[in-house]
Amino acid sequence: MKTLEQTTDEILGLAAQHFKIPRNELAPTDDFYKKLKIDSLRALELITRLENHFGIELPDYEVQGVTDFHTLASRIQARL
Amino acid sequence: MTASKTHLSEKTKTLSWELKDGTIELALHHPLCNEIGTAMLEDLEQFVPALESQKGKAGSLIIYSLQEAGFSAGGDLRELYTASLGLTAGERALGMRKFLERIHRVMNAIDASPLMTIAAVHGVTFGGGFELALACDLIIADKMARFCFPELRLGLIPNFGGIPRLRRDVGNAVVRDLLLTGRSINATKAMSVGLVSQVAAEGEVLRVARATGAQANKFDRTASGVAKRFLKPIPHEELRREIDVACELFEKPAAMEGLRKFMEDKSAHPYLP
Repeated sequence: MKTLEQTTDEILGLAAQHFKIPRNELAPTDDFYKKLKIDSLRALELITRLENHFGIELPDYEVQGVTDFHTLASRIQARL
Repeated sequence: MTASKTHLSEKTKTLSWELKDGTIELALHHPLCNEIGTAMLEDLEQFVPALESQKGKAGSLIIYSLQEAGFSAGGDLRELYTASLGLTAGERALGMRKFLERIHRVMNAIDASPLMTIAAVHGVTFGGGFELALACDLIIADKMARFCFPELRLGLIPNFGGIPRLRRDVGNAVVRDLLLTGRSINATKAMSVGLVSQVAAEGEVLRVARATGAQANKFDRTASGVAKRFLKPIPHEELRREIDVACELFEKPAAMEGLRKFMEDKSAHPYLP
């Protein structure tokens, strides 16, 4: 079982890779909409990438209002 | 490209099509993400007779998108909202009915085509875009594709034939989950519930669709057409009812209010209500 920190770290790595941002520029508390400069459709790309990586489903309504990587990680962690 | 409406190659404002090795390839190229409004409807109406004229020459049709964001974001909500401003409820419903009658004729023609039809989708495959894919015989999806019917968020229902076609293809648990929650699902989930036939690696969906089309092209056209009619009956009665229900809903204030909120929402996440 991954720890929340491991999950968060993997999310940051995947987000950096997908949106072509240096990994060291992303932190768990960052607002990913602002930091990645994405809108809702591009946020769905991130969710799809994370679902594929972790092998889970993450319904949109579970990430409603979620804007930081750490909270996103906790939603994913709850489905691992 | 030729100017002929009926032949091998044509490019319109929002679409282009070409016959290649027995497969007709229909490319959607309408920025931002192939929103289906009047412009694309008119072009699809040009495509349908071209499709029918190639029956003897082609065995398959592939529909795909050249837009990076995805296959299609669905109906053109901006156009719908703008065109409906200032109208009475009855006038709004009448305008919607005229549009829906036309788009249903297009969807039904694709659905009924004797060719094997493939939607090769990537990225956003939402609303009317999802409905276009459902009119096809097979959906082949890039692993980053995402499917959604967000219409209830706007006080509407899918209305390009999506509900009867979804019901034709999958069980009630999936139909209700997708329609009543408005949530989106990825390609792997869509394949696991029977919506998607094959999942392709990122960027490979058109190649996979071409290989599948080439396989279908080997078969006797008459036998394939008969098999298709047997396997995939068109739910005409339910499709008619869907238009009626959609128009009834569009008369309600909630629909215009939902559209207004969507149009005016400047936040980063209007798709996540």
